[in-house]
Amino acid sequence: MTLAEMQFQTPELRLASAEIFMLVMACLILMLDLFVKDRKRTVTFVATQLTLVGAAVVTFATTSGDIGYTFSNMYVGDLLGDVLKLLLYLTVIVVLFYSRGYILERPQMARGEYYALTLFATLGMMVMISANHFLTVYLGLELLSLSLYAMVAMNRDSVPATEAAMKYFVLGALASGLLLYGMSMIYGATGTLEITAVAERLYMGQVDRGILVFGLVFLVSGIAFKLGVVPFHMWIPDVYHGAPTAVTLFIATAPKLAAFAIVVRMLVNGLIVMAPDWQMMLILLSVLSMAIGNIAAIAQTNLKRMLAYSAISHMGFMLLGMVTGVANGDARFALNAYSSSMFYVVTYVLTSAGTFGMILLLARGGLESDELEDLKGLNKRSPWFAAMMMMMMFSMAGIPFFVGFFAKFSVLQAVVAAGYLWLALVAVFFSLIGCFYYLRVVKIMYFDQPTNSLPIIAPLDMKILMSANGLAVALLGIFPQALMSICAFALLRSL
Amino acid sequence: MEMQKLYLLVPLAPLVGAAIAGLFCRVIPRWLAHTVTIAGVAVACLASYVIFKDVMAGNTYNGPVYQWLTSGDYHFEVGFLIDQLTVTMMLVVTSVSLMVHIYTIGYMQDDPGYNRFFSYISLFTFSMLMLVMSNNFMQLFFGWEAVGLVSYLLIGFWYTRPTAIFANLKAFLVNRVGDFGFILGIGLVLAHFGTLDYAAVFAKAPELAGNTTLALFGEGEGVALMTAICILLFIGAMGKSAQVPLHVWLPDSMEGPTPISALIHAATMVTAGIFMVARMSPLFELSNTALSFVIVIGSITALFMGFLGIIQNDIKRVVAYSTLSQLGYMTVALGVSAYSVAIFHLMTHAFFKALLFLGAGSVIIGMHHDQDIRNMGGLRKYMPITWITSLVGSLALIGTPFFSGFYSKDSIIESVALSHLPGAGFAYFSVMAGVFVTAFYSFRMYFLVFHGEERFGKAADHDAHAAHARTDAHDDHSAHGDAAAHHADDTHAEEHHGLAPGQKPHETPWVVTLPLVMLAIPSVIIGYIGIEPMLFGDFFKGAIFVDTEAHPVMEELAHHFHGAFAMATHAVTTAVFWLALLGVALSWFFYMKRPDIPAAIKSRCGPLYTLLENKYYFDKFNDVVFAGGARLLGRGLWKGGDAGLIDGIIVNGSVGLVRWFAAVARLFQSGHIYHYAFTMIIGVFVLMTLWVTRA
Repeated sequence: MTLAEMQFQTPELRLASAEIFMLVMACLILMLDLFVKDRKRTVTFVATQLTLVGAAVVTFATTSGDIGYTFSNMYVGDLLGDVLKLLLYLTVIVVLFYSRGYILERPQMARGEYYALTLFATLGMMVMISANHFLTVYLGLELLSLSLYAMVAMNRDSVPATEAAMKYFVLGALASGLLLYGMSMIYGATGTLEITAVAERLYMGQVDRGILVFGLVFLVSGIAFKLGVVPFHMWIPDVYHGAPTAVTLFIATAPKLAAFAIVVRMLVNGLIVMAPDWQMMLILLSVLSMAIGNIAAIAQTNLKRMLAYSAISHMGFMLLGMVTGVANGDARFALNAYSSSMFYVVTYVLTSAGTFGMILLLARGGLESDELEDLKGLNKRSPWFAAMMMMMMFSMAGIPFFVGFFAKFSVLQAVVAAGYLWLALVAVFFSLIGCFYYLRVVKIMYFDQPTNSLPIIAPLDMKILMSANGLAVALLGIFPQALMSICAFALLRSL
Repeated sequence: MEMQKLYLLVPLAPLVGAAIAGLFCRVIPRWLAHTVTIAGVAVACLASYVIFKDVMAGNTYNGPVYQWLTSGDYHFEVGFLIDQLTVTMMLVVTSVSLMVHIYTIGYMQDDPGYNRFFSYISLFTFSMLMLVMSNNFMQLFFGWEAVGLVSYLLIGFWYTRPTAIFANLKAFLVNRVGDFGFILGIGLVLAHFGTLDYAAVFAKAPELAGNTTLALFGEGEGVALMTAICILLFIGAMGKSAQVPLHVWLPDSMEGPTPISALIHAATMVTAGIFMVARMSPLFELSNTALSFVIVIGSITALFMGFLGIIQNDIKRVVAYSTLSQLGYMTVALGVSAYSVAIFHLMTHAFFKALLFLGAGSVIIGMHHDQDIRNMGGLRKYMPITWITSLVGSLALIGTPFFSGFYSKDSIIESVALSHLPGAGFAYFSVMAGVFVTAFYSFRMYFLVFHGEERFGKAADHDAHAAHARTDAHDDHSAHGDAAAHHADDTHAEEHHGLAPGQKPHETPWVVTLPLVMLAIPSVIIGYIGIEPMLFGDFFKGAIFVDTEAHPVMEELAHHFHGAFAMATHAVTTAVFWLALLGVALSWFFYMKRPDIPAAIKSRCGPLYTLLENKYYFDKFNDVVFAGGARLLGRGLWKGGDAGLIDGIIVNGSVGLVRWFAAVARLFQSGHIYHYAFTMIIGVFVLMTLWVTRA
């Protein structure tokens, strides 16, 4: 390519204005923090929250509902991206509120870096969500991952935390390698890394299928690592368990949205022609995840570890919606299937935030409260929070009239509509096994005698937020329609 | 419009009373509880009377009140059918209920469950009214179950007594058997007629009856649809109206307080089955097989339950067996298509049997809750009003000319004689023999209670009483029953004091005697005034359907009828009258003149006596075959199915499997980073092998 052939266009910055805003603010906050003397970093905290709100305003103001590309088609702005980003900001805001008390009690964590890293991770996720190029995906993913590694290791003196960070980093590097290798194979087969262009080449049909499938296997493996599905799940229990709970809360929520986004971007937008292949792969991973996740969770005594296995099984369940988009070459149900997955992931993030938030709420005086034992007799200590936790657990177990039930229900509907009745039965079977450990939590809270009769002290904002979170789980269970139509509409306008 | 509001008022007034007395039973004073419930029933009674007048003027009504739900093409509605049959039942139910309410003030005055009791009986009145006023099968079933529920609650009213709990459980279970048939019948109606509305079903019935059969097993010979429906519905009636072999619960139901024995287990609820069959006359008329079945069941009940009355010593049980026998008479009348006669007997019986029960209750109060007639005697002197009214009731029961029972019972006997359906011959024998038996046991009780030697207040009574308590407990044959019996002895010792030596019975207060007098009046006169319009006029025209060509009994009966007075004077020339007289005379001779004869007979006819003592072994049979069988089946399913298969293999087995698997899965989570990386590599390798080699 000669210099004369290169054309310089001013990229349309409007589509990426939220990302630019976020980047600038993250850098500013990093510097601002140097001048903050307050040990509590209240200024940094407020500035971070305001940045997220500001990003939300920007995203909301620039959303058009149309699909637009920028940065030489490396970047896409569409309704799906905007909806996911808005949910992302909301999640991060809630996460920061929940984490505030926890990190204040840990001097190692109560630093400006924590907030800056959070914002950089958020930026990485925003890039992932809006990627239209395999390298953009990689860029976003690495930005997210590197921030997360640092956050896990934030509590430097904690041995489990540093061990978890190390594991996460090494395995993450391996996964990145797999992903990059897969991308290079796809480049080799199609001659491009631009997602929409890949899709076009595949439609034309002049592609070496062998190389493509080879690349696909690696690509799916990389994605599977990010989602944390079997057999690429091994990091999840250790990292969830080892990381400071505030970071676990972060890892367990927001990145799930971004992971869903890259599944849609890479597999649906880019490789839909290969759907029969990747769907079968995902079915395999999904069934394994639901089996191992639900069964291994039963053997856990640590709440965070149990929730880690629960996350594995939930991501497996979420994938069910992704595998049923194209059935026998017929993509009629695709919209329903993908929007059911999106609904699932959104509600999972909501419920998961509440659950880890509850662990944070119970942890105090620098001590963790993450063993199942610590929940004993919670109802006696605080009936209200016990009720919130119960709703969260019911929702995760998929008990009717909590939002988790409708999420499972809509995914299963998509699975049955695509003709995979056996798959639906397998999913229901493992969800049934999963009910056991969720209900055990409820049993422990309500029927066991408390070992610790201290009253629960939490900041007012956290109490309000926790109540809102719990009530949202219940209310969305009664009125799931609005959120469901938002998911369906966002996907309709973006695919 | 105004009448419709009045219709609504009739069931709702007692319901309001029941709700007030029931929901606030712990807070409101006693006087308020009985005032509201009595007021409610009195309003219902008055309204019924107004409706009766209106119906007499020719205004019947059939329409919906409220649509409950629609399922497909089926509409489930609450609706009223107000015609002559309904209004007769409404009058009987509300007036007897009113009397019983008043009587209860006296009977239950020392009972801690006073308010609860009033709530129950008002609730019963509501349920019974819903049953008789309904215009569709669903509401009929609702009322049917609701009266059953209240009956259950009231039999077990003294819930600390094991015998009462046993009795109400028994009533409940036996009625389930009947209701099973009943609801199957309703289901058949719904399946074949597509509606549950009486009028629509009746209109469609003749057309469907002709050619519809139900294949029982595969494609073989079928049963006529109408026969199946009618027999199934009648099985429901057998449970509710205590016909053999589903009669076993009624004698035990005497564990409940006496007022409800009068109201529910004599006058109203047990006659629901009779009413239902009369209401369904357009269906029953279409199946001679079903009618024959009805006749046979009725006649067996009428005669054989009467025999049992002879050997009972508990005053209430004598009356209870008499009720069974009289219900048999009504059933026989239904079977020979003399529906109006059955309803007529139902009405007269409601009055005189309620009277007899309340009289018995009055005696029980006078005797300080001693119910054994062997401990009574000569009460005439001490309880004159009770004596007179009981005599009136007994005379009505045995069919003394001019008394109400005479007209209804004689009409039944005559109509049976005129019927030519299979089974009518046996029925005729049964009802004739029944006349003698009825007269014998009624007056045995009457003489033992009111005449002869005064046997109360003796020291020996208490021993005799303990023995009696034990025979009482014989009703409960199961192992449970025996355990219950021991408890029963203790509780009886507390509750059934009897009279202390030297103590005399006393007449009961006015709230008790007033209902006796009020019931004695219709017991005497209602037959005389009612027979002509109800049986031979066109009172039930439109309400009861009789296929006069196939079953001309009522028409022929009308030929023989020459007025109520003539009928009574003519009675002297009939065998019925002399049989009754013979019964009275013989009981006088046996129990007043030569008390040694019954004892002699008892020792001579040991096996027969044992048979009667054990009530033909129905209880034992049910206990061994049904209860034992069910327990065996339950135990088998429990041990084998539940504990073994479900708990053992499925639940614990899968728990073990899951636990094992979880442990293995945990083992994989070794904590070593190279294990983790290796797992990922294996994953990639497997995916590669599966897909790349395929491509």
